[in-house]
Amino acid sequence: MNVAFFLEVLIGGMLSGVMYALVALGFVLIFKSSGVFNFAQGAMVLFSALTFVRLLEMHIYFWLALALTLIVMIVLAMAIERLVLRPLINQPLIILFMATIGLNFFLEGLAQGVWDNQVHGFELGINDEPFEALRQLTGILVSTFDLVAALIAGTLVLGLSLFFHKTRIGRALRAVSDDHQAALSVGIPLHHIWSITWAAAGIVALVAGMLWGSRLGVQFSLSLITLKALPVLILGGFNSIPGAIVGGLIVGASEKLAEVYLSRFVGGGIENFFPYLLAMVFLIFRPYGLFGDEIIERV
Amino acid sequence: MVYRESGQFKTTYANDMAMFPITQDRWGLTVIIVIAVVVVPVVASNYWITSLLIPFLIFALAALGLNVLTGYAGQLSLGHAGFMGVGAYAAYNLATRIPDMPLLLSFLGAGLITTVVGMLFGLPSLRIKGFYLAVATLAAQFIIEWAFSSIGWFSGGTATMTLDTPPMIIFGYRIHTPRQRYYLTLGIVMLLTLLAKNLVRSQVGRAWMAMRDMDVAAEAMGIRPLTTKLLAFAISSFYAGVAGALYGFVFLTSVDITAFELERSFRLLFMVIIGGLGSILGSFLGAAFIVLLPILINNAATLFVGTVPTNLIANIELMVFGGLIIFFLIVEPYGLARLWHTTKEKLRLWPFPH
Repeated sequence: MNVAFFLEVLIGGMLSGVMYALVALGFVLIFKSSGVFNFAQGAMVLFSALTFVRLLEMHIYFWLALALTLIVMIVLAMAIERLVLRPLINQPLIILFMATIGLNFFLEGLAQGVWDNQVHGFELGINDEPFEALRQLTGILVSTFDLVAALIAGTLVLGLSLFFHKTRIGRALRAVSDDHQAALSVGIPLHHIWSITWAAAGIVALVAGMLWGSRLGVQFSLSLITLKALPVLILGGFNSIPGAIVGGLIVGASEKLAEVYLSRFVGGGIENFFPYLLAMVFLIFRPYGLFGDEIIERV
Repeated sequence: MVYRESGQFKTTYANDMAMFPITQDRWGLTVIIVIAVVVVPVVASNYWITSLLIPFLIFALAALGLNVLTGYAGQLSLGHAGFMGVGAYAAYNLATRIPDMPLLLSFLGAGLITTVVGMLFGLPSLRIKGFYLAVATLAAQFIIEWAFSSIGWFSGGTATMTLDTPPMIIFGYRIHTPRQRYYLTLGIVMLLTLLAKNLVRSQVGRAWMAMRDMDVAAEAMGIRPLTTKLLAFAISSFYAGVAGALYGFVFLTSVDITAFELERSFRLLFMVIIGGLGSILGSFLGAAFIVLLPILINNAATLFVGTVPTNLIANIELMVFGGLIIFFLIVEPYGLARLWHTTKEKLRLWPFPH
């Protein structure tokens, strides 16, 4: 066994795990502030990335296109809050969950109906080549792109954690997640708060969409990364922002290591389910994920 | 006026425990069964039977299984399409590997094998709850999909992904026309529905419901969480397994793992939720809704073929499907069964509502 190769796989895996964490972040944001398990996050990633790429293809200046996409995502968030969430207030969470699956279908159709279902190439201007300094220092090949992506994800997590813990709106969001009714009774505008969270999740989706899009090309399969993000989510805990990153690191690293070292024994393709298996084993010991809030049950 | 139970007295214990205590319900059910057994095969065309009624019955069976688990026992599962796949592959392997295997026995065997698989994946439910469990059951879905597509033994060592099912022979009769296949499906579905109906009003069913409403309280009352939850998983996956075997043998006449993908799991969950959680009738209504909806949308869309590119139509279909699901959840979150319930309440007072 080659140590440098092992490290390379490990680091590469962890960095790609950070990309999963970016998608998981969107889930955490919404779950944390409303208890809704938003299955449509993947479709939101697809929608935002497609919008952005198509705007760029119309030869709109990069930052203007970015601003326009942000506006679209915010409007979308407000529309979702008004048309889907508000009528479903006080319904059981499983109903809300099913509604987001319906939303997932709808957004997939909308994104591809308004734009198209071609594969769009997309360049962020970051090289997907080995990082030179690290290569000369240790001889390990790590993609610059992965490093930048990890950096962006880290910044986002730090920013969101600060936002949740230090600002007024962040406190309101946490209050809402603890108890809807109590939050309403102390004068926190629920509708308003939900719009903000969904908009924030939309922005996270855009970032994830841009990074994933420049790696895979902007296309339908972007919406399937939801399925990669779910094990990250249950590993880290549904309502923990740092949990998403830690979960992402574990899932990414173990997935790549399993693919490299285990798959030849079982015949390949275990990347698809290995994270789930891992997450399930973790859950048996910690049923609320690594950092999730433990629910205390009383009779 | 018509639907009123006044004057129907329960004078014996047997009366009190009857499945349908109200005479009108019994008559209604008889009429439905007569229509299903006698009228439909005469009236319906082959197209109706093969592409609407048979899938409807099969999915109603699968939804019934999922409803036992989700609606009665309160455990969310996103792996039921995978369990259907296990049933289909198990039935295929039983029927082809064992010489002279009776068809119904291989269906039964498929159900039992799926039961074991389902219980295995149901084990985490003892520790994990709610959405954590839902995501954990996704593991079942992906492992099953992976196993059937990459382990050659399950597909009999052939390289092809699609396996043609052997001819169906029951007691020397070969079942191949649409009507014969319809009767086979109908028979199995009716039998298993009767079983489910009685199961959910027995001690087992009540234990499930207690577990669903509050598991800690149920445990304090002496209901064992281990046996109760595992039994729910077992029975639910038995239904899924038989439904999967039927789907492969009767509807597709082939077994192919792409027919049992994650999307199918979601559709099953939609059937249960739109039909009504914790309702046998709801499983049938939900299955009818979800099986018919795409066909209706498709037919409506073909009106515009020529004016709109087909690509766009596929996307509009997705949008309409998603939109209608959301609309329906908003209008009637407790499902079609609740709608029927309200209608019954109204009918009791009709035509003098005050």
